[in-house]
Amino acid sequence: MSATAAPTTGPIISFRDASKVFPARGRRPEVRAVDGVTLDVRAGEIFGVIGYSGAGKSTLVRLINALETTTGGSVVVDGTDLTGLSEARLRGVRAGIGMIFQQFNLLSARTVAGNVAYPLEVAGWPREKRRARVAELLDFVGIGDKADVHPAQLSGGQKQRVGIARALATSPRILLADEATSALDPETTQDVLALLRRVNRELGITVVVITHEMDVVRSICDRVAVMEHGKVVELGDAYQVFSRPKQPVTRRFVATALKDRPSAEVLERLRARHSGRIVTVGVDEVAGSSAVITRVLRERGVDGTVVFGGITEVAERPYGSLTLELVGDAAAVDGAVAALRGVTDVVDLGTAARPLEDPSVVRRGGPVGAEEDTAGAPRRGARVVGVADYGTFASGGGPAGGPTGMIEEDGDR
Amino acid sequence: MNWDTLGPLLWQAAGQTAYMVLITLVVGGFFGLLIGLGLYLTRPGNLLANRVVFSVLNVLINIIRPIPFIIFLVALGPLTRLAVGSVIGIEAFTFAMCVMASFVFARLVEQNLVSIDPGVIEAARAMGASPWRIVRTVLVPEALAPLVLGYTFLFIGVLDMSAIGGYLGAGGLGDFAIVHGYRQYDWAVTFVVVVIIVVIAQLAQLLGNVLARRALRR
Repeated sequence: MSATAAPTTGPIISFRDASKVFPARGRRPEVRAVDGVTLDVRAGEIFGVIGYSGAGKSTLVRLINALETTTGGSVVVDGTDLTGLSEARLRGVRAGIGMIFQQFNLLSARTVAGNVAYPLEVAGWPREKRRARVAELLDFVGIGDKADVHPAQLSGGQKQRVGIARALATSPRILLADEATSALDPETTQDVLALLRRVNRELGITVVVITHEMDVVRSICDRVAVMEHGKVVELGDAYQVFSRPKQPVTRRFVATALKDRPSAEVLERLRARHSGRIVTVGVDEVAGSSAVITRVLRERGVDGTVVFGGITEVAERPYGSLTLELVGDAAAVDGAVAALRGVTDVVDLGTAARPLEDPSVVRRGGPVGAEEDTAGAPRRGARVVGVADYGTFASGGGPAGGPTGMIEEDGDR
Repeated sequence: MNWDTLGPLLWQAAGQTAYMVLITLVVGGFFGLLIGLGLYLTRPGNLLANRVVFSVLNVLINIIRPIPFIIFLVALGPLTRLAVGSVIGIEAFTFAMCVMASFVFARLVEQNLVSIDPGVIEAARAMGASPWRIVRTVLVPEALAPLVLGYTFLFIGVLDMSAIGGYLGAGGLGDFAIVHGYRQYDWAVTFVVVVIIVVIAQLAQLLGNVLARRALRR
């Protein structure tokens, strides 16, 4: 039913200064849920929108399939400008966009097969074609044996698979995932994310993922928008955004995903156990790999023992930090620290005897990274080890309470 | 107590009650579902949000429902005359029952629909379903079990209403109990009618429960 053929190039979804204001009702003041958002989602990518609850991300994604309509600006989806379209036309647009939900939103009165067939009925498919398509979809999501079961008998992960099969039924070009894994346990979350990645890679469907979980973005998103108070505060390549967070909210999300830096308490215990010089070095694609770090230490004749840290992946690229105890001749250790600064970010925490209590943010030399989003390889330099101001970062705690929780001692157990 | 003469009269009364109750259930059930859906759909923020229609329906239901039925019968008189040409008799009485039942059931329907998860409706909208399709394929099926129980509740209420049929000369079991039992100081007759009504109500409730459970089996 989409009226306009999609252009072969360019973004598949474009927001231009898009706003959604819910008018004041009763005693409740008006809410600017989405406030002047301009961004493009490229065809074929997995695009993440991350933010705490109330940031406006759910409303933003509902502007894409016109479950909400803009009060300002425009949204162009697959070549069709949704602004001012009639409700009947919007139904056609919606039918061409799949959507999955946090609470799955399956029809409890229908079987699994009945749920997956629903959008096909809406689209007017004949019964026989529906049956074949439903079987194919259930096989794709891996629950072919559950066709005649009612949703109430399924686990959360299975329900979301039904949701995904249903969303894919009419072969949409876009799939919207609204907190699709937030009601699932970590293991099931990974299964569902893997399925979404398959949907993206095998079927070429553009996926827009809304989440408040950094892990989701980290696992599957190519690009990401960070939202706060209805605005997009950071936008770009997922790796870049999270390896060089500029906004406090972004830094909080990064911290929730990786508790790689020792808290003040952990640091105290580390110093009790290790008398040598303690330094935290950044490990990511921009800065040194752990191999490079090892080589520097070897060249200087210094022993480095990993005492804390963590390395994970963001957008399938390494990211994290290691805290090392450096043991050796004092001058050699000083030289090693200086050399390390040449290859990565270093936070010098001093020794147990002469602790550096207030480690400042240390930057490597070289040009400061460009502000604009470049799709290619991230520039060297300017990776900010902002989270290294251990004690004080926690005081920036937001509504989600993430930041205080992030400096846990998981790595110390 | 003479069952040879009372027997046929009781049978006739039962027929009158069946007539009134069944017609009311069909007509009141239909219009009640319609008004209830209208009330639900036009509620602010819902599919066909319309403040004016919602307010009118809402106020109308709130006004009519609490009126004692025996007073409502009289108050509806002019409208009843317009509709069935008379203010007494079984047709007039059944008309009043239909009107009252519609509004009673409308509220029951609305309350059951409100309990449906809005997320499911949003999912249907996201798949491009029209409001009418959502009514048919989401609202009614998802709320079917409570709707069946609500309808059972309506049946008992309608049976109750029908008991004062004698007031407009409509006859029925209630009238029979009053005329041949209460006024004759014949407690046995009253008792028999009470037992009959209780048995009917029990059977209806049993049937309703079974159907609702079947609707819920998922």
